[in-house]
Amino acid sequence: MNGKGIRIEGLKKRYGEGDTAVDALKGVDMQVAPGEVVGLIGPSGSGKSTLLKCLGAVIDPTVGRMTLGDEVIYDNAWKVRDLRALRRDKIGFVFQAPYLIPFLDVTDNVALLPMLAGTKNAESRAKALELLTALDVQHRARAMPSQLSGGEQQRVAIARGLVNRPPVILADEPTAPLDSERAMAVIRILNEMARKYETAIIVVTHDEKIIPTFKRIYHIRDGVTHEEAGEGRGFD
Amino acid sequence: MISLAGRDILHAWGKFVFTGIGLGLLIGVTLVMAGVYRGMVDDGKALLDNSGADLWVVQKDTLGPYAESSSLNDDVYRSILAMPGVAQAANVTYLTMQVRKGARDVRTMVVGIAPGKLGVTPGWPPFLVAGRQLTRSHYEAVADIATGFKLGDRITIRRNHYTVVGLARRMVSSSGDPMVFIPLKDAQEAQFLKDNDAIWQSRRRSEANPAFNRPGVPGLLEAVIASQSTNAFVNAVLVTLKPGHAPEEVAESIRRWKRLTVYTRTQMEGILVGKLIATSAKQIGMFLVILAIVSAAIVAFIIYSLTMDKIREIAVLKLIGTRNRTIAAMIMQQALALGVIGFVVGKITATFSAPMFPKYVLLMPVDSITGFFAVLLICILASLVAIRMALKVDPAEAIGG
Repeated sequence: MNGKGIRIEGLKKRYGEGDTAVDALKGVDMQVAPGEVVGLIGPSGSGKSTLLKCLGAVIDPTVGRMTLGDEVIYDNAWKVRDLRALRRDKIGFVFQAPYLIPFLDVTDNVALLPMLAGTKNAESRAKALELLTALDVQHRARAMPSQLSGGEQQRVAIARGLVNRPPVILADEPTAPLDSERAMAVIRILNEMARKYETAIIVVTHDEKIIPTFKRIYHIRDGVTHEEAGEGRGFD
Repeated sequence: MISLAGRDILHAWGKFVFTGIGLGLLIGVTLVMAGVYRGMVDDGKALLDNSGADLWVVQKDTLGPYAESSSLNDDVYRSILAMPGVAQAANVTYLTMQVRKGARDVRTMVVGIAPGKLGVTPGWPPFLVAGRQLTRSHYEAVADIATGFKLGDRITIRRNHYTVVGLARRMVSSSGDPMVFIPLKDAQEAQFLKDNDAIWQSRRRSEANPAFNRPGVPGLLEAVIASQSTNAFVNAVLVTLKPGHAPEEVAESIRRWKRLTVYTRTQMEGILVGKLIATSAKQIGMFLVILAIVSAAIVAFIIYSLTMDKIREIAVLKLIGTRNRTIAAMIMQQALALGVIGFVVGKITATFSAPMFPKYVLLMPVDSITGFFAVLLICILASLVAIRMALKVDPAEAIGG
């Protein structure tokens, strides 16, 4: 459905020039298949955020190659011209805090992305409702974000990340503000959604509770990733 | 696509409405200031309209009788009447003073009008809302309704008492003071009337002056004293023209043969608007500029604050692929909505408060329309700061770390 997930080869990122240059990423290789949820773990300053920003097409890598689904989005000096449209159509984001738009109700928060892509309002809302139903928050469809619990807000944020059926979702500490039970619920949902929509999901986390749930984990340290098998507990 | 600006306004409607009311009061003051200027111009035109004159004959080389003092002998009108094209000529005096009624006094322009007939003799109030015109040659007055006087009131001008026999409307001076019409002779006396002590001192000086009190010239001193206590001057002669005569031609004829200064209606309007109220107009203009700047600063500050409150949401919007122009449109639409709310509140405020001002405030539709577009322009300009800031927001800010 969504091609080949995401593939990164030899990705490097250097900030600054000359003596002040800092190599935040020194050679990252990753591959996440459609329907797979992988963890990205590393201490502060290891290059996690830089990698996430490169993956999210927010900053340009210095060298390397990135393929999203069937589309090469970065290949050394070459890059996709319209990064804004790329982020809108090909990448879903789930943040540490839900960051829902406070003046839009739940349905429109989710429907906003397809609307931005030019889909008609009614059709966008239908897509949003389908996802809200899948995430079991359809009963709060007309509520404002401030009226939702933390867990509900995070599920709506996941729905927003999924609504354009992107080949990849980047989840930045999605369970950080949640207790164990809700954190596990969010991970369960991400796994279900990954399978259902054949989406590759990369979860950046420090959360010890959820690390054992990943089947594959990328450790990042000093700008270099190391892949290892996870325990994959609970989501077979 | 849904309206992000509309949704945000509905979400925080209280903030918008109260800010709009605050801005509206400022816009209301601005509209009233424009109305004050229009009122001054209209007062000037009303003064000219109500005089019923086609020409104003005044002292040579003066801008009288409204912008400068002017003094003419009160028999000049006879020779002007004989000029070709002149239908009527009548003396008139103008004196701005406090007119007392009991314990209170009112600032007025006292107008001395020559005896004659309504509609024929220039200078008379053209219509009354109550009572009658002056019919006696002394101690009757017709007052503008803005003085607060009523029919039958006894008012005091200098040492004399007058009975209000008629009430007029919109009879005002160029500075908006309501007029009180009295007979010409009384007005001439009022202009030069001194107190008893001053008269006694003047007589004593004349008696002591050997030039006026010569032995062997009987009657000289009495004649001098009599001339000192009477006033044979007026401020202007108002002239109406016979049909078919051009004002400028008749004016030129009077200038040439009588060696006096004569103004046509157009010239007099130019003096009133261009000279008499020019400084006030500049003052009001300055206020309008300041108010516009203050309004712009308020809108800019409010929109900037509202945008600052949404920085994280704007970063998220940019990250998820919202176009810059969508974000800019959201901010600009909010600024325009604030301006529209402000203008509606301002217009209502100005409309209801204008009659309460002591001076005439004339709210003209063209000023409201200009004001509306000026407010929109100010709002657009004021939103540019916030838009610039929003467009500089890095979508990476939405991603932690």
